[in-house]
Amino acid sequence: MSYLSLSLTLFFVLIPLVLSKTLNLGLERDVVIATVRAIIQLLAVGYILTFVFDGDHPAYMLIMILIMITTATLNARKKGKHIKGITWKLVATITTVEVVTQGILLGFHIVPATAQYIIPISGMMIGNAMVLSILFLNRFDAEVQAHKDEVELILSLGGSPKQAIHHQLMQAIKASMIPTIESQKTIGLVQLPGMMSGQIIGGADPMQAVQFQILIIFALLTNATISSLMLGFLSYPALFNERKQLLNV
Amino acid sequence: MVLELQNVSFTIDHTTILKNITGRFHKGKITTLVGPSGAGKTTLLKLCNNLLTPTSGTLYLDGQPFSEIEPTVLRREVGMALQAAPMINGSVYDNLQLPRKLANQSLSITEAEKFLHAVGLSSSLLQQVANDLSGGQRQRVSIARTLVNHSHVLLLDEITSALDRTAVSEIEQLITTLNQQHGVTIIWITHNLQQAIALSDNVWVMVDGELIATGEPTILTHPTNEVIRQFVEGALR
Ligand SMILES: Nc1ncnc2c1ncn2[C@@H]1O[C@H](COP(=O)(O)OP(=O)(O)OP(=O)(O)O)[C@@H](O)[C@H]1O
Ligand SMILES: [Mg+2]
Repeated sequence: MSYLSLSLTLFFVLIPLVLSKTLNLGLERDVVIATVRAIIQLLAVGYILTFVFDGDHPAYMLIMILIMITTATLNARKKGKHIKGITWKLVATITTVEVVTQGILLGFHIVPATAQYIIPISGMMIGNAMVLSILFLNRFDAEVQAHKDEVELILSLGGSPKQAIHHQLMQAIKASMIPTIESQKTIGLVQLPGMMSGQIIGGADPMQAVQFQILIIFALLTNATISSLMLGFLSYPALFNERKQLLNV
Repeated sequence: MVLELQNVSFTIDHTTILKNITGRFHKGKITTLVGPSGAGKTTLLKLCNNLLTPTSGTLYLDGQPFSEIEPTVLRREVGMALQAAPMINGSVYDNLQLPRKLANQSLSITEAEKFLHAVGLSSSLLQQVANDLSGGQRQRVSIARTLVNHSHVLLLDEITSALDRTAVSEIEQLITTLNQQHGVTIIWITHNLQQAIALSDNVWVMVDGELIATGEPTILTHPTNEVIRQFVEGALR
């Protein structure tokens, strides 16, 4: 694609701007900010990726992955401010997800160990772990707020914090995993997954693109399970003090 | 068992809810907490069940500071029926069995029926969905559930507020029986002063987070100071 045709895509930005203005939606500022950020961030990533791929040095890959984990953690952390040590709990969760998925993919030689594979797959895995973490933290907080008296009841009868929070924890874990499972049921029927579309547009053989997509969705399933479970079990103790009392958060 | 409070204060979000409370709940006695809404009665019971820890001061069970007793052990020893009588999802039986399950034990159907009968409910309720119970049934199941732990001290928070006259006297009877035949120490909250006078060995009057008087129920019938007199008149009106 030439830079001229790329700049013509700004029409897609113009339409919401004009509509927002005429309908008084007040979204113009956000649309402009989002557009500028998208351009800068994606161009930066493009340059960095070119650099990393050309260099093809493990240190570059490692740095990129660390940056992804850091960004994902900083983003998800906002939803878990009330949980003590949330930053490290997220780092541990997201890193585990990355290590497990890459371990399986590279360990069994499912994909070649080159930056071209490792970086985009890491991006998808870390991004998904971040989304799962946010979904989990939101839901867990809502569950606990809505059922404080049940948690207190179990504590009052001599239950441990783990017993007291078990039901809310499981609800939140399940709820955060549902979108991943549901989206797999209709995958390909409603919309083609972004990565697969990208490959096909880029000229890849559709069957090969499909094979990769299957690999990704299976990996995402493991990813979702580890993210929710691990973050869940790491975060619930922070809701209680050493006297096994529910903190007023 | 003797439950004692020494200079207990409790502050949350910069508001002091309990102010320097010192007192002793005597072994095998019934003590009633009375006081206007918002006085801090529920908060005091939650401190006794160790659901909350005082900001300053100490609670003792048989002379042992709470901080030296494992919370789950303490809460089984000093059992509590919460004011809102919350139910877990599931049947009445699931709720009655809960205290046992938390200790990795089970409750037989026969035992569960016995606990239901103790609070004046029929055993046909056993399989009913707990969250569908009427307000009064719910309170009684909540009491029965608390009894399952066979605690030596029972903290009962307004357990008769949703009950009709007959049910109230059944529960009053139950409290007397638990106290006289099983030697259970009982600390309970009620808004019904007649009930407090009739049933208790001791009365604590709380106003605005302060314990303004303790003594025999006669302190309610013959108030010794103006604050108690005002509260009693207001409550009896
Ligand atoms: N978690 C909390 N956070 C902030 N304030 C609280 C909290 N719990 C209780 N309070 C406040 O503390 C005061 C005492 O509450 P408490 O429930 O102990 O009163 P009470 O004597 O049991 O009243 P009632 O007779 O209405 O049940 C009230 O003003 C209440 O709003
Ligand atoms: Mg209360």
